Amino acid sequence: MKFINWSKQNLFANWKDSLLTITILYLFYVSMPPLLNWVFLDATFFGDSKKDCTGDGACWVFVNVWIKRFTYGMYPNDQIWRINLAFVIFFISIGSYFFVSSKIKKCIFIFLTVIFPFLAIFLFHGGSLGLEEVETRVWGGLFLTLFISVFSIIFCFPIGVLLAMGRRSNLPVIKYFSIGFIELWRGVPLITVLFMAAVMFPVFLPSGTNLDKLIRVIIAITLFESAYIAEVVRGGLQAIPRGQYDAANSIGMGYWKSHLLIILPQALKIVIPGVANTFIALFKDTPLILVVGLMELLGMVNMAKTNPAWLGLATEGYVFAAFVYFIFCFSMSRYSLGLENKLKTTN
Amino acid sequence: MKIIKFAVSIFAVLLLAACGNESAKKTSTLDTTKSQGFVKCGVSQGLPGFSNADASGNWAGIDVDVCRAVAAAVLGDATKVKYTPLSAKERFTALQAGDIDVLSRNTTWTLERDAAIGLEFVGVNFYDGQGFMVRKKSGIKSVKDFKNGTKVCTNTGTTTELNMADFFKAAGVSYEPVVFEKADEVVQAYDSGRCDTYTTDKSGLAAQRTKLSAPDDHIVLPETISKEPLGPVVREGDATWADVVRWSLNVWIEAEEYGVNSGNIDSMMDSKNPAIQRIVGAEGTKNGAGLNLDQKWSYNLIKQVGNYAESYKRNLADTGIMPDRGPNALWTNGGILYVPPVR
Repeated sequence: MKFINWSKQNLFANWKDSLLTITILYLFYVSMPPLLNWVFLDATFFGDSKKDCTGDGACWVFVNVWIKRFTYGMYPNDQIWRINLAFVIFFISIGSYFFVSSKIKKCIFIFLTVIFPFLAIFLFHGGSLGLEEVETRVWGGLFLTLFISVFSIIFCFPIGVLLAMGRRSNLPVIKYFSIGFIELWRGVPLITVLFMAAVMFPVFLPSGTNLDKLIRVIIAITLFESAYIAEVVRGGLQAIPRGQYDAANSIGMGYWKSHLLIILPQALKIVIPGVANTFIALFKDTPLILVVGLMELLGMVNMAKTNPAWLGLATEGYVFAAFVYFIFCFSMSRYSLGLENKLKTTN
Repeated sequence: MKIIKFAVSIFAVLLLAACGNESAKKTSTLDTTKSQGFVKCGVSQGLPGFSNADASGNWAGIDVDVCRAVAAAVLGDATKVKYTPLSAKERFTALQAGDIDVLSRNTTWTLERDAAIGLEFVGVNFYDGQGFMVRKKSGIKSVKDFKNGTKVCTNTGTTTELNMADFFKAAGVSYEPVVFEKADEVVQAYDSGRCDTYTTDKSGLAAQRTKLSAPDDHIVLPETISKEPLGPVVREGDATWADVVRWSLNVWIEAEEYGVNSGNIDSMMDSKNPAIQRIVGAEGTKNGAGLNLDQKWSYNLIKQVGNYAESYKRNLADTGIMPDRGPNALWTNGGILYVPPVR
C-alpha cells in the first residue's frame, strides 16, 4: 500500500512521468535479460582454452587463464611473491591504522610515507641483497597501473600545494614561475608529455646515462597532474576569508606557520572533492602509457586478445578491465566522501 | 644583454656535450651483447603470429623467432633475449637511443625509413601485402569486380588507408571509406554489414577473419595491392652487428632450403653435401669466424629455433593465421623467399 502511494507520487504523478517511467522500465526489460544471460547464465567460467567456451555467453575462461598476466604483466612467475609481499605489507599497515592507538598510528604513518616506498621499490626491482633484479621493462598489468598511480599521487600532491601557494605569493619570481609552470603543463595534452618523456628525452641525454623509462613516465605524469592539483588547491586557498590570514598574522605567525597551521588545513578540507576528482582522473589516465610501450592492465588485455589462441575475446577483456577500473575508482570516491564527512565541522 | 649572453653560452655548452657523445657512441653492439649475456630485442605489443606473449609470460611469433635466432647465434642460447614491447610510434627512437639492439616488430622496409632515420634494414622475414576480404555471397571473386560506390572498412591513419586510396584511384572506381581507430571496431563494422569489403595487411585479414561471427562466409581475394616486406632493423653505423643479424636471418631461411631442421641437424653434421656442411658449420668450415661468432653459431640457431619452415608452421600455419605460405614459400617452391648463399 505504502509502495503504491509512493509510486503514485513519484513515478506516475502526471502523464509525462508515467510515460518516462514506462519507457525506462521497458528499456530495462529489453536490455537486462540478454546482458545477464551474457555475463552469468550462458557464460563459461572454467577451462583452459578458448575451446572450452561452448555457450553463447561471455568466455570468462579468457580472464581466468590470463589473470596472472593481467595482474602482474610480464613479471617473472617465480618472483611474483615479491609484489604480493609488498601489497600485503601495505594493506596490513593500512588496515591496522584504524585499530591502534594514536601513538602507533604516527609510527605507521611514518613507515608508510617514508620507509615503505623505498622498501616497495626494492622488493619490486631487486638487484641486491640476494634478490634477483627484475627490470621495469617486464613490469605490467594492474601492478604497474597501481605503481604509477600511487607514486604519481604521492609526488604530485605536495608539488601542487606548493605551486598553488606560489601562484598567490607576493614575490614576483615565485609567482610568475608558478603561473608559467601551471599554464605550460595544463596547456599540453598528457599524451604529448608522455611522448616527450619516453621518446624525445633519451635523445637529449648523454649516451650511456639512461634514466629508466618508467621513472621518466612517472615524473611526466607527476608534473602534469601537479598543475591540476595546484589549481584545485588555489580554489581552496581563495575560499579562506581574509580574516583568517589577519588572525594568524596578529598572533605573530609567519608565512609558513600560518599556512601550515591555519590556512592549509582549512583549504585542503574544502578541496577534498576536487582533489579526489583529479586523482581518479589520474588513475584513469594511466592506460595512456600504452603509447610509450608500457603494458599496464589495459595493455595486457590488448596483448592477450591478440594471442592467436584467444582471438575474438576483446569484449570479455574490456569488460573485465572496466570492472577493475570501476572498483578502484569507486573505492577512491567512497574514501574521499568518508574523509569529507569525518573532517566536517560546523562553521 | 647579460641574460642573452648567458643563454647563448649555455646552449653552446649543451651542443658541445651532445657532439661529444656522438663520437663516444662507437662501442660495438656485438661485444656489448656478448659481455652482458643477452640480446635486447624490440617487439610489438601483440600481433597475432608475429609477436605475442602467452598466458604464462613466454613470447612467441615469427618476429620473436628472429630475436631468438640472433640470441642462439651470438650467445648459444635462444632464451637469452630481453623483449621490450614497443608502440609503433616509439620503435625507431628506442632503437636509436640504444634501449634495444634489434627491432623485430613487423616493420615495413621502405626507402624513407632506410635512408632517412638512421636505420638499417637487414632483410625480410615476412612478405606481407594489403588485401581485401569480402562476403562469399557478394559474388566478388577478384578486385576487378568492385563496383562504383563500394563501402570499404579500414583502420585510420595507416599506410593501409593510403594504399587503398591509390588502388581505387588507379582502378577508376569510386569508393566510400568507413574508417575506425581500432582493428576490433573495423571487424565489428564489417561483420555487421556496414561495408562491402574490409582491407588491411593479408596477415591481419586472416587473423581478424577468425573473429567474425561466421568466418566461413568470407573470403580473402587473391590480389595483393601493396608490397609490405617486413624485416628486422638495426642501428645504422654498426656493420658487424648488422652482419650478425642479417646472416642469422639468412641461415635460418637457407636451412629450410637444404632440409636442415631442429630434428635432423645432428645427423646433418656428417652430411657429404658441402652446402649443408657450411650451413651447419661442420668440421673444416669457418663461417662463424667472419662474423666474429664461434663455430657452432648456426648449429645452435637451427637446433634451438628450427628453420624458417618450422617457425612458420608453429606461428602462422598451425595458429590458422596464414596456413598458405603464398609469397613466403621458398623460391624453389614458387615463392619469393630467396637469400644469399651461406658460404
